[in-house]
Amino acid sequence: MTDASMDSAPVKGRLTTVDARTRKRNAAEKRFKAYGLVAILIGLFFLVVLAVSILRSGLPAFTQAEVQVEFTLTQEEFDAAESQMLKTRAYEDLFIAALQGQLEERGLEVAFDPAAIERLLGKTGGTIREFFLENPDRIGTPVTFDLAASSRVDGYFKGRVTRDTVVDSRFLMVSDLDLVDALADAGIITSSFNWNFITGSDSGVDNPGGAGIGVSVIGSFFMMLVVLALSLPIGVAASIYLEEFAPQNWFTDLIEVNISNLAAVPSIVFGILGLAVFIQFMHLPQSAPLVGGLVLTLMTLPTIIISTRASLKSVPPSIREAALGVGASKMQTVFHHVLPLAAPGILTGTIIGLAQALGETAPLLLIGMVGFIARAYPEGVVSGFIDPNSAMPAQIYTWAARADAGFYEKAWGGIIILLIFLLTMNIIAIILRRRFERRW
Amino acid sequence: MYDAPHYTTQETAVTDVKIKAKDVQVYYGENHAIKDVSVEIENNTVTAFIGPSGCGKSTFLRCINRMNDTIDICRVEGDILIDGDDIYDKRVDPVQLRAKVGMVFQKPNPFPKSIYDNVAYGPKIHGMARNKAELDDIVERALRRGAIWDEVKDRLQAPGTGLSGGQQQRLCIARAVATEPEVLLMDEPCSALDPIATAQVEELIDELRQNYAVVIVTHSMQQAARVSQKTAFFHLGYLVEYDDTSKIFTNPEDSRTESYITGRIG
Ligand SMILES: Nc1ncnc2c1ncn2[C@@H]1O[C@H](COP(=O)(O)OP(=O)(O)O)[C@@H](O)[C@H]1O
Ligand SMILES: [Mg+2]
Repeated sequence: MTDASMDSAPVKGRLTTVDARTRKRNAAEKRFKAYGLVAILIGLFFLVVLAVSILRSGLPAFTQAEVQVEFTLTQEEFDAAESQMLKTRAYEDLFIAALQGQLEERGLEVAFDPAAIERLLGKTGGTIREFFLENPDRIGTPVTFDLAASSRVDGYFKGRVTRDTVVDSRFLMVSDLDLVDALADAGIITSSFNWNFITGSDSGVDNPGGAGIGVSVIGSFFMMLVVLALSLPIGVAASIYLEEFAPQNWFTDLIEVNISNLAAVPSIVFGILGLAVFIQFMHLPQSAPLVGGLVLTLMTLPTIIISTRASLKSVPPSIREAALGVGASKMQTVFHHVLPLAAPGILTGTIIGLAQALGETAPLLLIGMVGFIARAYPEGVVSGFIDPNSAMPAQIYTWAARADAGFYEKAWGGIIILLIFLLTMNIIAIILRRRFERRW
Repeated sequence: MYDAPHYTTQETAVTDVKIKAKDVQVYYGENHAIKDVSVEIENNTVTAFIGPSGCGKSTFLRCINRMNDTIDICRVEGDILIDGDDIYDKRVDPVQLRAKVGMVFQKPNPFPKSIYDNVAYGPKIHGMARNKAELDDIVERALRRGAIWDEVKDRLQAPGTGLSGGQQQRLCIARAVATEPEVLLMDEPCSALDPIATAQVEELIDELRQNYAVVIVTHSMQQAARVSQKTAFFHLGYLVEYDDTSKIFTNPEDSRTESYITGRIG
């Protein structure tokens, strides 16, 4: 209303009219918000792409095509097989006969080639013989065997291998797929959850179906124990000393600069240091989680020290003054007042440092924790620390380097497991921080 | 005059001097912050330190409980005696000293703990209570001295940081008196408080005089006039004038004091 009457005169102090400067400022603010939003959306997009591709490639590792065969071995058959020269061969023949019987029972007619069974299921005779030697009381009763199908057959089930891509080889013939289809129709081959992948150990290069990550999870676990037990007390003690007690002089400045630099040193350098010091000089066992833990401790220490010092610094000086003012000693001040207030930050830093260490591969390559090592569970705690083992990321690296596409799938599956561990640790960090913060 | 290089306990008893400072110099690195300060602070008296900001009031106050020891670059020379004992003597443990010389800070700084734990902390670390009942007793006594008992007695387990600013400051005073100090140092204890809380704290300071030698730094001349019996005027690191409060405010000897009082410097 008043606009018309006062149009040309520069209106000063009218709150209802926005001047050019303000308009420009508001526009800049809007633009900045838009940039931020776009940045976040781009980030989210990549996150989604990453998550989808990991899940798509990795989830098949959690299922496995299995052949379920009910099989009864009579005492006579057992004695006859044991008296032969090629014992496992005899068992295999018996097994194939049983399988054929089951197929005929269901009225399915397929060309049945014993060699095809071997391509589908590997050497079944050995498994069966072992079972009956260990459980002689089961002879004469029906036993159900769950036998893992070979990598190609498994891939056929998951769509990785198709009739078009299959090339006749000693691993799989195109004609075998008819048999596979028939067995699937009969419900003899089924796809089921692959527990062995989570609890099992690494397998030979020609058996991706049997590979599991369980043993290397244990390796990672013992390594993390070493890292936690060493880097937390050492890191926190060093930080407290540097932050609260050390005099300010060139020497402490030097230490400070070095710690910041250490945090930026590539992990492979720590690996080669570990190889030289712990294995070649101190003669600690190769490929042992103990050594891996020591190397990762070196790597984690700077992270923990930096975050601990930052959280000690963030405790207001008035709290220190208050404690000193009532006659607390320096140590009492630190341990009764400063440290509890800094604890959430210290814990967060520690867990983030541990998570970093958990995902670290490069140093482990140099101390030999890689490649067909995670084959058996350690027997007890000591063996857990010093027996050769692998770790999750190193195991993933090993699988990814193998030729068979089945291992490639396992590598992605391993990544999913590793990410689950990392996410869990980060969630624990968040929960701990919340819990502690609520106390004050 | 006779030669008396040392002040005997007998002498302090006669004049009732609690704190005696002689030729105190304080340096922060190269910065000479306190120059040739000599002063005698009496027992059962409120002594006010006034002066323009940056003149060294806090620095000198912090010499009395050796709080300056915690600053790396700070160096103190000269003698400060409490009851005739040199507190900068090698044998004196600053931690023990600080239990005897309580301090209240400019900004209320309760520990982020319960009201009870705030007060109980000092007595606990000095082993002043043998059991929970004794500790309860000490806490109650301190809170009563801090004139805050009635307000908090029903919520001793509530966090001290949840109190209002004035209550927090009185809690800090209670915390300081809980260790049974003989001297109470206060560095601008009311500067973060509103007028009503200030009045409450001032009233409390007057009561505290019964039991302690109270030294208070203040930037408010009215406050110095209201609560203190003795006033020391600092300027550029020098103690310019030290006398009865009434004299300082009505008839100062030094022209600088007069200028400050009348608002011409500062
Ligand atoms: N922690 C410190 N480090 C270095 N210089 C300081 C420190 N505290 C005070 N000073 C210096 O000492 C002088 C006196 O300061 P202060 O005692 O705080 O004055 P006031 O309390 O009278 O305002 C000032 O020049 C100040 O810069
Ligand atoms: Mg001050």
